[in-house]
Amino acid sequence: MKNVDLVIIGGGPAGLAAAIAARKAGVQDLVILERDKEPGGILNQCIHNGFGLHTFKEELTGPEYAARFAEQARELGIPCKLNTMVMDLAADKTVTAMNREDGLFQLHPKAVVLAMGCRERPRGALNIPGYRPAGIYTAGTAQRLVNMEGYLPGRRVVILGSGDIGLIMARRMTLEGAKVLCVAELMPYSGGLKRNIVQCLDDFGIPLKLSHTVVDIQGKERVEGVTIARVENGKPVPGTEEHFDCDTLLLSCGLLPENELSRGAGVDLNPVTGGPAVNESLETSIPGVFAAGNVLHVHDLVDFVSEEASAAGAHAAAYILGGEQEADTRTLPVRCENGVRYTVPTTLRPACAGDTVTLRFRVANVYKNKKVAVYAGDTCIFSRKRPVLAPGEMETVLLKGDVLRAHADAAQLTVTLEEA
Amino acid sequence: MYDIIIIGGGVSGCAAARELSRYQADILVVDKEEDVCCGTTKANSAIVHAGYDAAHGSLMARLNVEGSKMMPALAKELDFAYDQCGSLVICINEEDRPALQKLYENGVANGVEGLRIIERDELVAMEPHIADEAVAALWAPTGGIVCPFGLTYALAENAAKNGVKFQFDTTVTGLTRLDDGWRVETDRGPLEARCVVNAAGVYADKLHNMVQPDDPMTIVPRRGDYFLLDHTAGDHVSHTIFQLPGKYGKGVLVTPTVHGNLLIGPTAIDIEDKEGTATTAAGLDEVRAKAGLAVKDIPLRQTITSFAGLRAHELRHDFFIGEIAPGFVDCAGIESPGLSGSPAIGVMVADIVSQSLGLEKDPAFDPTRKGILDPKTLPMEERNELIRHNPAYGQIICRCESITEGEIIDAIHRVPGARSLDGVKRRTRAGMGRCQAGFCSPRVMEILARELGVEQSAVTKSGGGSRIIVGTNKDVY
Repeated sequence: MKNVDLVIIGGGPAGLAAAIAARKAGVQDLVILERDKEPGGILNQCIHNGFGLHTFKEELTGPEYAARFAEQARELGIPCKLNTMVMDLAADKTVTAMNREDGLFQLHPKAVVLAMGCRERPRGALNIPGYRPAGIYTAGTAQRLVNMEGYLPGRRVVILGSGDIGLIMARRMTLEGAKVLCVAELMPYSGGLKRNIVQCLDDFGIPLKLSHTVVDIQGKERVEGVTIARVENGKPVPGTEEHFDCDTLLLSCGLLPENELSRGAGVDLNPVTGGPAVNESLETSIPGVFAAGNVLHVHDLVDFVSEEASAAGAHAAAYILGGEQEADTRTLPVRCENGVRYTVPTTLRPACAGDTVTLRFRVANVYKNKKVAVYAGDTCIFSRKRPVLAPGEMETVLLKGDVLRAHADAAQLTVTLEEA
Repeated sequence: MYDIIIIGGGVSGCAAARELSRYQADILVVDKEEDVCCGTTKANSAIVHAGYDAAHGSLMARLNVEGSKMMPALAKELDFAYDQCGSLVICINEEDRPALQKLYENGVANGVEGLRIIERDELVAMEPHIADEAVAALWAPTGGIVCPFGLTYALAENAAKNGVKFQFDTTVTGLTRLDDGWRVETDRGPLEARCVVNAAGVYADKLHNMVQPDDPMTIVPRRGDYFLLDHTAGDHVSHTIFQLPGKYGKGVLVTPTVHGNLLIGPTAIDIEDKEGTATTAAGLDEVRAKAGLAVKDIPLRQTITSFAGLRAHELRHDFFIGEIAPGFVDCAGIESPGLSGSPAIGVMVADIVSQSLGLEKDPAFDPTRKGILDPKTLPMEERNELIRHNPAYGQIICRCESITEGEIIDAIHRVPGARSLDGVKRRTRAGMGRCQAGFCSPRVMEILARELGVEQSAVTKSGGGSRIIVGTNKDVY
């Protein structure tokens, strides 16, 4: 067992940003553990552009965006153990990991940043009836095959789910020579960003069928066709079935924060996000264990992952270097109401709020002409008009530390939507 | 000419092969799929039934009880996952008590040991999630769970170790009687053997009827739909929970698996298509609706996959094992409890065949087999020694089940070895977890291509036309 100050689990955009921030804040003895053969995580297979508009004020591809952070981490001398899988995180923060060179080894850090990202919801979790042939892939698996290995997983494609990866893959498969027949979306609205619907579907004439789902998969060895049907009240409507001859079904039906390690350690999870419940410092229920990026809640834009992870890295540094923590600080629960599905953080300590606290959340439906309001107890401390809110677009609210401290006696914070 | 050709590499065929490998004989197992364990054997309840259910006096009852009794020792000898967790048949209606008593009596008559009817209090202590309506249960401590893949690969590998050959992707198309045996016509040319064993699962009637058209057999594929839940749901019950057939019909079972998942199912839907392993919305709905009758609060949201399997249901509902023509042995109608009975089925087939051919025992027979090493079972020091010796054991390929490259390489180089993603999955569990191979499949494809010396584009999901990759980027332009 080796003592270290900080272990960062995952070397994707969140882990890299957290490591850089922690090092800049003065943490010397830290290490990133990354399971893949290079840092950057899933960005390495996201070869399309559109990354970094917020962070770098220019459009980068995923690998370019990752490289900027990886380069910075290298310059700062942050060690990154590659091809290394973390096998276990214990409640006392002991990290057990494994690779070919070191075998199974243990680290005992003062603090941990969870940055494991997320995974895709598979076909099995969707309960789509039919055969189980080859030709059914999550959009991300197909993306890896096409973008990293140059293989085409299919020629005639139906996509279920309009998450961003599915939209991006509709365009990619088309560019690589496949025919994308349609994108079916169970919900009456898309789960992806508006810009992706325009640039990846509309520009290529690919129909988006809202309120539709796959009700049958044909083909025993390889997909030969799928049947989709219109959905009302969550159920397929008989008589609306439409058959597509295709050899491939791609699934883009949601991302799930990957918290098996967190669960093993006993970190409290938020049942809505599937990610850890955290306070304003992005600290989980285990003191000294922080979380950021898609392991915490699924983001739309990597820029916000980097921003959130930088904050987590800085808070981890403060925890490691700060010595005595503020004891018994008053903690306010953050409640959500009226279409606000969840918030990150879920608790907030006004005394630890610093200059500002970033509150991120998603809404449950498409809403027009609303006002986002935050109450401390009964007092409105924030309000902003939003002409359109959609589940596919994460919302961000900045709360001033001074205001929060002035309302430290409130029973709770409430984030809500009101008529504008 | 072989001494014996076994048609069908399911659990029955492999059990027969393994038992026959005790004798001095040239034996070939042929299967139409790319691997053993690809038909009925791969999709079922993974249960070792105690043996109270099959009608007293039937061959099914006898072989079930014998097989169940053989299973614990066989699991040690052949190193596969088996757990005698015990089973409970739940009575949810006072009116059905006579049926529970009848089941108990049938089990006692069949020779099942340790059977006892227990009342609600004891039941709740054993299974806290049992339905509020449950009034009593039949407790069968000898009931168990097994990995059907693990059992079948163990039998096949041990057979191979003792000289049995395997030929895959070979469909039998005809049978012709010769003076000294049989010609087995296949889509890959004719084969000859002194004796043929028909262990063709849902197709056993076709072969039987070629040999004995005057006394035909009809095997109806009886489809069963299932849900498999994640490890996080695996301890929802700790025994196999059956529903007593009653006014709600036959019911479905809820059981832990030997690998810590929760399995729920099956339906029983008679179909015509012997390849009809597609689940249906109605079938899945039925499982969902019935599972809750005996067990409450099943976390169905943690479903990681649903699947359907086919039971080889012979209309007379019994096993048919016997020499129906000189040198032609049926091993047919092996539906549930076929998996449970398989060790005894293998012995019975081997007895018939060895007597028919006058076979001598092979003194070199080795009854043992070691399974694929699971590094998770090793203490840290031993595991590190293993990784120093073979670094592939330090490389995780399947994150959900923590399966290393070393295990996958081992699975590929076994005989018979994995040749597809599903072959790797059934042997190692890589791809069997909550992400259902989304993460590991490109990596396993790479390993398969490298180890088998083929192009990555030639790697299949499950043999035949189940290609994963259909071309390269922009190849149409």
